[in-house]
Amino acid sequence: MEFLTEFPSLGRKDLSALRRAIDGTFREFTRAWGETIEAIFYPLLKFLVWFEDLLLATPWPIIIVVLCGLAYAGARSWKITFGAGVCLMVIGFFGMWEDTMSTLAIISVATFLCILVGIPLGVLMARYDRAQSIITPILDVMQTIPSFVYLIPVVMLLGIGKVPGLLAVCIYALPPIVRLTNLGIRLVDKQVMEAAEAFGASYKEKLFGVQIPLALPNIFAGVNQTIMMALSMVVIASMIGVQGLGVPVLRAISNQYLALGLMNGLAIVALAIIFDRVSQTYGKRLQAYRETGHD
Amino acid sequence: MTDDIKISIRNLYKIFGNNPAKAMKKVRDGLSKDDLLEQTGHVLGLNDISLDMHDRKIQVVMGLSGSGKSTLIRHLNRLIDPTAGEVIVDGEDVLAMDENRLRDLRRFKMSMVFQKFALLPHRTVLENAEYGLLIQGIKEDEAGKRARHWLDRVGLSGYEDYYPGQLSGGMQQRVGLARALATDADILLMDEAFSALDPLIRMDMQGILLELQEELHKTIVFITHDLDEALRLGDNIAILRDGALIQTGDGQDIVLHPADDYIADFTREINRAKVVRLRALQKPLNGAAPAGDALADSMVLEDALEVIAGAEGHIVPVKDEHGKVTGQVHLADAVAAMHA
Repeated sequence: MEFLTEFPSLGRKDLSALRRAIDGTFREFTRAWGETIEAIFYPLLKFLVWFEDLLLATPWPIIIVVLCGLAYAGARSWKITFGAGVCLMVIGFFGMWEDTMSTLAIISVATFLCILVGIPLGVLMARYDRAQSIITPILDVMQTIPSFVYLIPVVMLLGIGKVPGLLAVCIYALPPIVRLTNLGIRLVDKQVMEAAEAFGASYKEKLFGVQIPLALPNIFAGVNQTIMMALSMVVIASMIGVQGLGVPVLRAISNQYLALGLMNGLAIVALAIIFDRVSQTYGKRLQAYRETGHD
Repeated sequence: MTDDIKISIRNLYKIFGNNPAKAMKKVRDGLSKDDLLEQTGHVLGLNDISLDMHDRKIQVVMGLSGSGKSTLIRHLNRLIDPTAGEVIVDGEDVLAMDENRLRDLRRFKMSMVFQKFALLPHRTVLENAEYGLLIQGIKEDEAGKRARHWLDRVGLSGYEDYYPGQLSGGMQQRVGLARALATDADILLMDEAFSALDPLIRMDMQGILLELQEELHKTIVFITHDLDEALRLGDNIAILRDGALIQTGDGQDIVLHPADDYIADFTREINRAKVVRLRALQKPLNGAAPAGDALADSMVLEDALEVIAGAEGHIVPVKDEHGKVTGQVHLADAVAAMHA
């Protein structure tokens, strides 16, 4: 009856041999390609550092004015703009200005990267069912695999620093924009697509003239989700050397500083709310044509 | 007269399912639509359709839902590919066209009006009317000028900057019509174009279409499920049932000589006085022509009835399009024709 009570697993020796083999192979891959891969990401690092320095070097009143301006341009709402201004003032007042700027820098770059990669991927998925059936499970893995697990190979490959942190954030934040771009395009009214087809529109004309404009509200919901998820990765990214609001939170955890953790945590929340409200109202404005008149 | 055929459909079949080619063989062996569905799970959408459509005429294709009429019209510009058969437009086989040739056909030769309008909701009325022109590669200001012209023709000037969602159904379909007319295509495909509109608006739109057609003389393929509409618009009418063509002819043929009970059922409720023309009723002259002015043989009964009733002996002479008196019509025959 031993067969029923003991799972017929691989022996301890075989298992450790297997693990060693995988680790060894990856380590060799790291040694062979680590520098090349680092070189590929070097421009990204330069950009990130430049952007962070820019945010830190710019006098705070200018940053607040620019951010409030962006908030107003996006949301066209004085309430949201005013709220954003007050939040930023409070953050600065409690001494978190520099960390907030660092976080802002990495979130902006990560979101930009995700849009750059995510929208074309979503378009590809919407065009080919094949691509959809391949990419969907990969997105599932990216969203559900515990972050620490993919931090291991990323750190092995690129060490500790901004770029691996950025990659970790992107891995987690990319799926929503891909999914919602795909969904948005697939939800475009079939009859409108047929009309475009009947007038002889090419694939490009259909994509840029009909599908993407009509999918924009959904794409924007994806951008919104991507920003939210990127913000939620701030603390984990700080474990592998990314500056920002995550660092004090991490310190607060290990030293049981309740107030420090709470303040920095709330600063992240404040950033999240600003981004969320601005991008959501902007997304709603994009579909204003839907709400006028009758159906 | 073959040169006056604009579109020719030859032995067209469309089978929906996983393996149409295999099902096609069974259909050729004589399997019926119901048996095909039961045995193979394939749906016979179009069954051996052959139909010639005349240049500069309105060809109506009529049938109830599921009869295959919308499938048929989508074969003309190959929004749907057939399982077998030929579609020839201006002597060119549409099915043999490569992608570029087909795109040109859709851009320049055919335009389409849809049942549910299918306007681009994110573009204004003007931008929608311009759509086909921009796809043709026409410069924006020229396209705008032409689009405005057609919007004006369908009675929508002043609405250029509205979004489709702000307009009523009838107005939206006018935009659809303007969009289709603006491309200057010879062939206009109208898929139940007025079916989604209220009866009064529908009458109104039919009027606009007939008025435009008098001047434009396009080849129009008009799909409808409404016999009144078919009779009002169609120079020729083809009736589809279960994917097969069961009768073709002009409105009068259909009403006076329905091919089977199915069509007879359709025609029962029709006001024949609006459809039957004197040509169909005239009897040969019996010696001298009766007294009074001759009526044109293309006149419908409704218009002629009063004249006939007032004529001496209730009998009037009938003349053909050249003015030659060819026969006579008696009131008794006219009244009988209305209730046959």
